[in-house]
Amino acid sequence: MFEQHLAALPVLLPLIAAPITLILGRSLLSWGFATLVSGCAFVVSIQLLAAALSDGVLSYALGGWPPPWGIELRVDAVNAFVLLAVSAISTLVLIYSKDSIEKEVEKSKHSLFYTAHLLCLAGLSGILITGDAFNLFVFLEVSSLATYTLVSLASDRRCLTAAFRYLVMGTIGATFILIGVGLLYMKTGTLNMLDLASRIELYDSNRTINTGLAFIVVGIGIKMALFPLHMWLPPAYTHAPSAVTAFLSSTATKVAVYVMIRFIFTIFGIDHVFEKMGMDIILMALAVVAIFKCSYMATVQSNVKTVFAYSSVAQVGYMILGLSLVSVTGLMAGVLHVFNHALMKGALFMAVGAVFYRVGSVDIKAFNGLGRQMPLTMAAFTIAGLSIIGVPLTVGFVSKWYLVTGALEQDNWVVAALVLAASLLAVVYIGRILEAAYFKKLPDNVDPNTVKEAPPLMLAPMWVLVLANIYFGIDTSLTTEAASSAAEWLFPSGDTHSVSNVQEMSK
Amino acid sequence: MNFILDYYNYWVVVFLMMAGFYIVISANNLVKKIVGLNVFQTSVFMLYISMGKVSGGTAPILVEGVTQYSNPLPHVLILTAIVVGVAVTAVGLSLIVRIKRAYGTVEENEFEHKDDAI
Repeated sequence: MFEQHLAALPVLLPLIAAPITLILGRSLLSWGFATLVSGCAFVVSIQLLAAALSDGVLSYALGGWPPPWGIELRVDAVNAFVLLAVSAISTLVLIYSKDSIEKEVEKSKHSLFYTAHLLCLAGLSGILITGDAFNLFVFLEVSSLATYTLVSLASDRRCLTAAFRYLVMGTIGATFILIGVGLLYMKTGTLNMLDLASRIELYDSNRTINTGLAFIVVGIGIKMALFPLHMWLPPAYTHAPSAVTAFLSSTATKVAVYVMIRFIFTIFGIDHVFEKMGMDIILMALAVVAIFKCSYMATVQSNVKTVFAYSSVAQVGYMILGLSLVSVTGLMAGVLHVFNHALMKGALFMAVGAVFYRVGSVDIKAFNGLGRQMPLTMAAFTIAGLSIIGVPLTVGFVSKWYLVTGALEQDNWVVAALVLAASLLAVVYIGRILEAAYFKKLPDNVDPNTVKEAPPLMLAPMWVLVLANIYFGIDTSLTTEAASSAAEWLFPSGDTHSVSNVQEMSK
Repeated sequence: MNFILDYYNYWVVVFLMMAGFYIVISANNLVKKIVGLNVFQTSVFMLYISMGKVSGGTAPILVEGVTQYSNPLPHVLILTAIVVGVAVTAVGLSLIVRIKRAYGTVEENEFEHKDDAI
């Protein structure tokens, strides 16, 4: 029975479990239950990825209504891969949050926290596996509403204004997607993604469809914090509880990147988006500016969470840069970086949260001398930081390698050089924090005995991510195989016929 | 002239959309921002609903002698979108309540001074 309904489980499990978590009420009980459910979702997503890699596509007609009339859930190599990352991070973050939210969320709100987390997971999984454009909007709002709530749960009052700003921007983004989907429906009369794709092909450069594309790209751009639509992200990530930041930074924006990939490659088709509309040049320019502007912003912040919030916007730039290369390697680098960035940013924000747990601040001065006081946390921080920079033997190196390879395949030396130059900015912002941790002394007013290593339940998930950073950095076969089959799946016949556009830009 | 009359529903939609969007951007009061957001969303509901209208068609209920029906699907979609809109409004207003408690004001320029900006 479960085999048959496997595709629906990643959404159904957390969605049904969320109200139960709320009823359980007690902090410890709801934590255990939520973690268990998220773990089950993880196991399901492993099976889905295995099935998608061996069989190709799993199509599930929700409620027994066959597509294109009913809502179709559609699992293929692309979304199964991202789904695996999302459910894995969700489980690790839940394990981590038991201790972490003790210090950052009021006791009475703990079960609410787990409920919102599960709803967010359900929404994100739904976005990933749905094959229906309107259904995608609904799941987007389910996850977003849960996200606004999660951000506002911190005890610092500034999280409220950050959450409000996020809500306004997020709703505008989602409504833009709604407008775009409406315009597509107006012209094609269908909402199923594959059906849309086959009918959009018939309308060659229709103005309604082009307007729809513009609305959808801007809407998703807001959701994934694509420069210059990223202004909601730094305050939201800075003031949210650390566990929430770790979860969101490694899943929410990544899922939005997936939605962008899905709309561009599956629904509109690369010919339409890149050749006729010239969107590769726009995306590439925005991505390059995002990488430089936000990496620079990260080097001048004093709050470590803000540093990594800006760094996240820059990393989204890398993913979009991968797409905008319009080649199998470029797309593969983008998909790979979605997964890899989840590993590194998850670990980094968990380490920052552990520092907050012991020191009570995430200002860069609070890191002074922590290298001796919290050796394991700071070691995890260092390795994940090196991964952000892109040092060999970490996952950051692997995705940058493919990105540079993709650029060089098209003789696009400018982009390749820019990617490498931007890594130097990452050296600066990671280096500042490492310098504080290892080369500065603990301030005199801090008692060395109170600042000790983080509790094991915080260290364990952090180190799982760090070890994954190293493991997938050395043995790249699993991730590259999944990412390349995803890229080939998306890329019709693996051709690179819009190379000419890209080269024009480099001149 | 015909261009304006033929597409008058879209003119209404575009006007509401821009008006709502302008309120969201320009309003200083958070409640007004939520109102603007609602106007903005409502314009999209109207876009969908007017899209489903087939000229000469009636409500899609099976009656003898009627062959022309309006498209019910956009209407159903918008029912869902309205629910989503209500949920967004509820979360937004509850955030405003908490902001009022924490800062004592819902005017954006007033509480911005109370915290060091990012």
